[in-house]
Amino acid sequence: MTILAIHQYLTTYLVFGAMLFALGVYGLVTRRTLIGMLIAAELMLAGVSINFMAFNRFLAPDPSVGQIFTLFIMAVAAAEAAIGLSIAIGVYRHYKTVDTEDLVNLKG
Amino acid sequence: MNPAATVNAAPGLLTADGLLGLIFLVMIALTLTGGFIAATADRLVRALAGVVVCFTGVAGFYYFLNSPFMAMMQILIYVGAICVTISFAIMLAAPEQKKKSGPVNILSGPLGFLVAALIFGAMAGLALRTEWLPFDKIAGGSVRDIGIHLLTSYSMVFELISLVLLIAIIGAIVIARGGRSQS
Repeated sequence: MTILAIHQYLTTYLVFGAMLFALGVYGLVTRRTLIGMLIAAELMLAGVSINFMAFNRFLAPDPSVGQIFTLFIMAVAAAEAAIGLSIAIGVYRHYKTVDTEDLVNLKG
Repeated sequence: MNPAATVNAAPGLLTADGLLGLIFLVMIALTLTGGFIAATADRLVRALAGVVVCFTGVAGFYYFLNSPFMAMMQILIYVGAICVTISFAIMLAAPEQKKKSGPVNILSGPLGFLVAALIFGAMAGLALRTEWLPFDKIAGGSVRDIGIHLLTSYSMVFELISLVLLIAIIGAIVIARGGRSQS
């Protein structure tokens, strides 16, 4: 198999899903702001969705189930982004910052 | 070794299959470049632009996975809705760029990279070493099938996800509105 044929194999999609997930984890750990962490979480969700769609295409008996699952992931991601961003805006109004280091009111 | 539908193991570059493979490589490059920018860029606006590029590449992946419908939804929901919402949040809640925009301390960059590399290595290794067994297809997975499933077998989940979205919208309005009069 040459590099031009890799789109026909399940493993390609799994590896790239894992790569996106790992990029998301890296961003989530190193970001300092709430919005940056949210962007990284969206990357992780995209990696997971690619996995679902790949298994759906290559392995699943009924190929609509994985698509429906990915659709629900998108809906939950939209809800999560709306809530997360409104929390970020609320935090910014209250503390004048979205830096995670400065949000220490609940620290023991 | 790998389940594959119609294997043409070595297409020439100037055949239709070869051009398809070339487009797939472009999609991979888009996705990885965008994801890398999104995870590492200093400014949030650049990270957001990286996410837009990355999600467009992911939509291309969905097209290759026999699902133009999901590719369309990916562009519509992620690129069109979520990224625009995030850009509004960046404009509202991060007006001035901080000087200290790197990781929190010296260790968190390398440690984060280590954790991410471990996760990637473990999952990619698992994907490469497992022998995946495909089942016989019992349906086509067309948009019509998705619609029938959504209104029959998954109607309860469909209702619940609508409720979750409604509550999220109301909650977002309530949280973002509070405190406006004080400031």
